[in-house]
Amino acid sequence: MTRRVSDSAAPPRVATLNEIFFAFLLIGATSFGGGAVAYLRSSLVAKHGWLDDREFVELLSISQTLPGLNATNMAVLVGDRLRGTRGSIAAICGMCLPGALIMIAAGIVYRRHGDRPAGTAMLHGVAAAAVGLILATTVQLGRRSIRHVVDLVFVALTVVAVNLLHLSVPVALLGVGALAILWYRPQ
Amino acid sequence: MNQLPALVGVFAYLSLLTMGGGMAAFPELRVLVVDVHHWLTFPQLIHLYSVGQMAPGPNMMMVASIGEWVAGVPGAVAVLLAFFLPTALLTLGVGRLWIRLETWPWRTSIQRGLAPVSIGLILAGSISLAEGALTGWLTVVIAAAVFAVLLLSRVNPALLVLCGALVSLIAFSPR
Repeated sequence: MTRRVSDSAAPPRVATLNEIFFAFLLIGATSFGGGAVAYLRSSLVAKHGWLDDREFVELLSISQTLPGLNATNMAVLVGDRLRGTRGSIAAICGMCLPGALIMIAAGIVYRRHGDRPAGTAMLHGVAAAAVGLILATTVQLGRRSIRHVVDLVFVALTVVAVNLLHLSVPVALLGVGALAILWYRPQ
Repeated sequence: MNQLPALVGVFAYLSLLTMGGGMAAFPELRVLVVDVHHWLTFPQLIHLYSVGQMAPGPNMMMVASIGEWVAGVPGAVAVLLAFFLPTALLTLGVGRLWIRLETWPWRTSIQRGLAPVSIGLILAGSISLAEGALTGWLTVVIAAAVFAVLLLSRVNPALLVLCGALVSLIAFSPR
């Protein structure tokens, strides 16, 4: 991702609640496979000019540090920056609405017809493909944030804690997280 | 029996574990939904999760399906609020604070330290999903193919998931 510091002191474009809602509704309806970050950037930075690249990266790093999905955290942060709390509400509702409606409908169809032989056969493939997709997303995220060998050690410790020692996620998060934060403590 | 309070409790808790992405909460999602509350079987959870990868938007919208499954449309609404409201409020509050903490030295430490841990949590979630989804050589080949294509090109991931569905429809269909 490029970091460009805009040198022009142009005032930020004013966005209405409607514009925010529909911009995020469009992102929520067209971003697939956990790749919302790319769609967010092209909409918010390139198309609407609501943020510059530096602000976008800044908000993204906050999104990734806090619990919550990157896509919805970005919606909250960008909405807040543009229009305060009401902007956040407009943004997160737009972001989630299309997927939520589709998944409620898909769940109903699955419950009624999911045990048909053809359905079961397809779902095997869907699940397998989803594993490949999640792993690819993980690698793409890792490329950006893994910078030292010690980072790989923290990744491995977390995986061992959850998958081999079967510690609960919060225990692994607090334990390895505290260790990693202390490792990177201010000098 | 009214399941709404249990749904709200489970998904509010899970939402706080989604560090770095929804996948981070998957191991706990599996324990709570399958083993503790018996809302779904593990294969059903995997199916809903995987179908959710084809839906647009944030990749955990399948939580709405679980809510609908357990308690109808009110269940879906309750789960969505429980899953998104706590982290939204946290992000709103901390987001405002974070900008003001720009010069606080620990801010960078927290960001640098939590980055690899969140990658680890997503990876742990993927492994937990893979344990249930990779049941034979064909599923491993599909997963590996999707992984490779996504890293090497810019194909719409939803299309690849659809391809996986077609391949296994042909392979696993009863004759």
